[in-house]
This record gives sequence, C-alpha cells and structure tokens, in this order.
Amino acid sequence: MYQYDKYDHQMLAERVIQFRDQTERYLAGNLSDSEFLPLRLQNGLYIQRLAPMLRVAIPYGLLSSNQLRKLAFISKHFDKGYGHFTTRQNIQFNWPELEDVPDILAHLAEVEMHAIQTSGNCIRNTTTDQYAGVSADELEDSRPFCEAIRQWSTFHPEFAFLPRKFKIAVCGTKIDQAATQVHDIGVYLIKNSNGEVGFRILAGGGLGRTPVIGQEIFEFVEKRHLLTALESILRVYNRLGRRDNKYKARIKILVRETGVEKFRSLVMQEWSQIRDGPQTLTEEEIDHCKSFFVDPFYMEKDDAPEELTAALKNDVLFSSWHQHNVSEHKKSGYAIVTACLKETGVAPGDVTDIQLNYLAELADEYSFGEVRISHHQNVVFADVEQSELYAFWKKLKTKSLASMNLGLLTDMICCPGGDFCALANAKSIPIAESLQRKFDDIDELKNIGNLRINISGCMNACGHHHVGNIGILGVDKKGEEFYQVSLGGSSQNEASIGKIIGPSFAQDEIPAVVEKIIEVYKTSRQNKEPFLDTYRRIGIEPFKEKVYAKTD
Amino acid sequence: MQKLIKNGQLTQDYWTILREATGPEVLNAVPGKNFIVPLKFWKLYREDLADYAGEVAIWLDSDENVNDIGSELASFSLIALNFPIFSDGRSYTNARELRECHKYEGEVRAIGDVLRDQLYYMSRCGFDAFDLRSDQNPENCLTAFADFSTSYQATTSESSPLFRRR
Repeated sequence: MYQYDKYDHQMLAERVIQFRDQTERYLAGNLSDSEFLPLRLQNGLYIQRLAPMLRVAIPYGLLSSNQLRKLAFISKHFDKGYGHFTTRQNIQFNWPELEDVPDILAHLAEVEMHAIQTSGNCIRNTTTDQYAGVSADELEDSRPFCEAIRQWSTFHPEFAFLPRKFKIAVCGTKIDQAATQVHDIGVYLIKNSNGEVGFRILAGGGLGRTPVIGQEIFEFVEKRHLLTALESILRVYNRLGRRDNKYKARIKILVRETGVEKFRSLVMQEWSQIRDGPQTLTEEEIDHCKSFFVDPFYMEKDDAPEELTAALKNDVLFSSWHQHNVSEHKKSGYAIVTACLKETGVAPGDVTDIQLNYLAELADEYSFGEVRISHHQNVVFADVEQSELYAFWKKLKTKSLASMNLGLLTDMICCPGGDFCALANAKSIPIAESLQRKFDDIDELKNIGNLRINISGCMNACGHHHVGNIGILGVDKKGEEFYQVSLGGSSQNEASIGKIIGPSFAQDEIPAVVEKIIEVYKTSRQNKEPFLDTYRRIGIEPFKEKVYAKTD
Repeated sequence: MQKLIKNGQLTQDYWTILREATGPEVLNAVPGKNFIVPLKFWKLYREDLADYAGEVAIWLDSDENVNDIGSELASFSLIALNFPIFSDGRSYTNARELRECHKYEGEVRAIGDVLRDQLYYMSRCGFDAFDLRSDQNPENCLTAFADFSTSYQATTSESSPLFRRR
C-alpha cells in the first residue's frame, strides 16, 4: 500500500495543528457555528443526534494491520468500543467528544490516517473495487490511479467549497463492485482499439433524492491526462453547479439541466486550457504510484490443495461459507476472502475494538498484513493461501466474523439511520435486524441466492437504496416512520435505479412484505436466474399484486 | 484599524469599493479617489469613466466569469473577486483562471466574506490581497498563510505539482 513520505507526513501534521487551533477558537467563542461548520466537516466531524460523529478516511478501502490496531485503540479509548464501516469504505465513530477530536486526529496521523474531506462540500474519499489488484478478471489495478487522485484531491484549494459533496470511483475489474456509475465521477480503466489502456470517464451519476446513472464525458483519455480531465469537470461544476437549492446542487442536476452535449463541450473548453499542463501525469509518477501496489511475495502453489478439498468434503458449514465468501484470485493457490460483518443482531458494518484487533492479527498471519473495506461494509482479506482457508475460517468463527451470507439477502447495506444520524427520517438498523431474524435459515438464504437489500434512513441515500435489488427507504409521514420499497436496482455493470412498488409500509410490515416479494420471485424464476433477472423479465406488476393483495 | 493584507502584510487601502452604483456621477462626486466598481457598471459606463481623474478597477461577483471581462482585462491594475459568503467557492476558480489562463499580473483582491480560515487556499489560487471582514483579527490572519508548508497540486502559487518536485 501507499507509504507516506516526508511531504505527506508534514502536511498531515500541519492539518492536525490547524484543526486543533480551529477547535480551540470555536470553543473559545471566536469562531461562529456556521463558520466552524465547513471546517469541522472537512475534518470528518458531524454533530449528530446524540454526540459528534467522526468519519475517518480509508483511502480506497485499504488498511494495514497497524492501522486496524489504531482504529481499535480509538474505538476503545474515545468511543464505546466499536466503529462502523461505511459505504464509502470509511469508518466512523459515533461517540467521540468534540474536545477529544484533535487528539484522535493526532493518533490517526501516527499511522498515516486522517479524517480529511470525509465530509463537507468537497472531493470525498475515492473508492474502488475491493478486489483491485487481486481479481482474476482485472484489466489493470485501479489503486495507483486512486492514489494519484487522492493526492490531487487532498487540500485542493479551488474545490474546497463546491456546491455540494463530490464522489469519485475508479474501476478496473470486469465486474463492477464499486458502484462506479452512480458516482459524481465514475472512472473505468478500459482498453481502446489500439490496445492502449486508459480511462473512460462518466459524470453526473449519483443517488440521493434524484438517482441518476452517470453519462460519458470522456470516451477515452490517456492515463497521463487523468487529473487534468478530472479538474476540467470539477471546474465546470464549481462554476455552474446550483447553489440556490441544496437538493439540486449535485453535479447530476447540472449535467441534466445543461444537457450532456453542452456540458461535455464546456468541459472540453476547460480541458483545452489545462491539458498538457503541469498536472499532467508523468511516466515516472505513474510508475511511482504503481510501485506501492506491487504483488506481495506469493509462493508458487497449486489451486485446490489437498487441505482445502478435504475440508470442503468433510465440513458442511465450512463448505457453505467457502461457496459464498471466497472468490477467485489471480494467483494460483491463493484466494480472496470476505469476512461478512452481517451477523444477526449486529448493525451492518459495525465492528468492535476486539474484532478490529483480531482482524489485524489475522491480516498479519494470513494476508500480508493488509485488509480492504468493501462498499458493502465487509472486510476483505485479499491474499489468503487456499491451503490455509480452513484454519482461517475457524479463527474467523471465534470472533463472529464468519457469517456465510456474503452476497445473500441478509448481507445488507444499511446506513446508521435514525438511531444515530441527525438527518434521518427513520431508523434503518432495526429494519435490517428484523429481516435478519425473518430470514435466519442459511439453506433458505442460499435457495434465494444472490440478492441485494439496501436500506437508507432518508433521501440522502447513504444506504444506496436506489441500487438495491430490493431498496428500502425510511420516510416521514406526519411524524411517523414509514418505509418505501423499490425493486430492480443494481449498482453493477448493468446499473439501474429501482422502481417504487407503491404506498409505503409501517416498520413491522417490512419483513412480511419482503417475504412476499421473495415468494413471487421463487415461483416465477426460471432455472437458476437470480432475483434481478427475474424482476427484469417479469416486471414490477406481479410483485405489486402480491404485496398489496387484500387478505381475505 | 487596517484590515487589508497585501503580499503578506497589513497595508493601507487606497481603494474604495463601490458595492452599488447607479451612474457615473457617483464617481465625480469624489474626484481623485481610486474606485473598484462592479463589472456591469464598468461595462455600461466605460466611456464616461475614461476621463475620470482617479484610477478605476473592477470587481466581479461569484456568479460572474472572468472570461467575460474582455480584452481590457490587462489594463486594470486590480481586479477584485467577491465572496458573498465564505462558503461560495466560485471565486477560487475565477482567481485561478485570471492568473493561469489570462496570465493576469495585477492585484487580485478577495472582498466580501473574507475570513482567516480560507486565506491559505485563496492565496494558492492566485489572490494576493485580502480585504478582511471587519470582525477578523488581522494579526491572527497573517499567520494563516503558513498553515501548510507545501501542497500536492499545481496551482497559481506553485506551478509544479508535488509529484514533479518529490
């Protein structure tokens, strides 16, 4: 992973000093609430329903075991012993004291971590596929380019006060697990007809109130032009994005209201001024970024070793977990393992300090000391030897880290919702839990197969409900919490926005509603088609009929 | 008390900003002063202003574009860019474009809601004069330019990104 040099360290240290001074001036009454607001937000600090919330950046989801240990320490000493992995591959702490935040930032800086630009109307943490660099189907590792973007976007003086927040995702794998098309900017590594690898760049995607799939702005740009291309898009957005209405301020509204043709020509006009300028990536810089993401010291091993095949044969539970939580690795003899943080009764994405420490230990022992956080709020061990999988799984089990529901109905994305978040209209964690309790039979879950349920507690869509195969959105109806259900969303390559099925439901109706939806799917599916394919084939009507049918 | 920072120092302000102006007669009421007038005003009355005894500069609001100033851009010794509120970031883009695309070398002054915690980013985008909001502590503001000692990006104040300097 990327290693800080003296410049990175210096800037981070200066940031900690800067924020300490700002916090002191705020607490002394020399900085107003409204003036402190963007400063604290750009340091990841929200004022929540019960306490401040601090969101710590995990650049493109990559964490070392040392960093995991530091996060464990922070959750233990400054929080209530747990943290929450988010859909931006970050981690947030829900209970720190405002006065402690400068100290927490100083602790983070020791392990090259921070909370810079994890909130506020600026460029946020760049995300990517959690299998980057190890996926068997990858065109090229996206992480070196994520790092180039991280540096370019960190403390960018021109784009600290954008109309609204701005999110960038990069994808280099064939199967898009990064929800690239619903980002303000989505970057795909592609190969052009000359066999040259570069980028296809989309803009104007997003979730929130108005979910939109991004549109193509650059069909193909050479690698060296990545940052100037991004800067041109940002500049057009900074200048022209709406600032009169918070709900119309994202770039997706600008692209839509301007028209993609016109928007593209504005971007090209800006680009013509800065293209080939100093921000153009050099060969050396691309190589420099790549040098941090070289393969670890793999051993020469065969696939499907005896230890693994025997265990798969003899242990049904292990075999079941292996089927869902282990993915193909580019290197023979190795596997990608996802520890699913979706145990029943635990809020999706929540992780205790004990688990964090244990994840660190396992990373050191089995996966070259690194893990990745996925936007599905799970933890990925990218380089586990296949011969060690059985032992590894047994260890995961000891700390409730071996849920075998990866990709299944109960592997839900869920925002913190009304239990924590000041913006939420409704709770989301209890909805997730009620579904986990309703669908608690692993055989039945496997029978239902791959299915994404995404839950958001409000329109801001932190739980990505629009792109859940089944999306659940908390809404406020005259002071009461209700839930709107949508079907058919997807954040993968054939991305689509879910369609609302009809009038919303009370909280206690949701498990039965989901059950009815599943029944329709099971009776309608052909062969082994997954839920999404059945939905796309038969449409929303049969689901609607069943869900709203009067009971006699 | 002085509240103008220029080139890193508190300094006397020889300019008067006309926030609103109805016609060219407002200038003639105070002959010899240096005025910063709204871009629109200057476009309407530029011929009347040509005879004015003092110097005339322009200011742009955040929804105006420096690319609309036109060919006389270089003739101004000062161009001011307004921050109607500190969280409106459009003037950062205008400043960079003045410096980097138009190669403007006169004074680029930040006016309006100009606060201590934005000064460093402003300076990196090419502002070299800062008309502080009246409640700001000028001495404290002077320290803002040293908040960071280096930066990742190529911007006006640093023509080379960090990756070309490492």
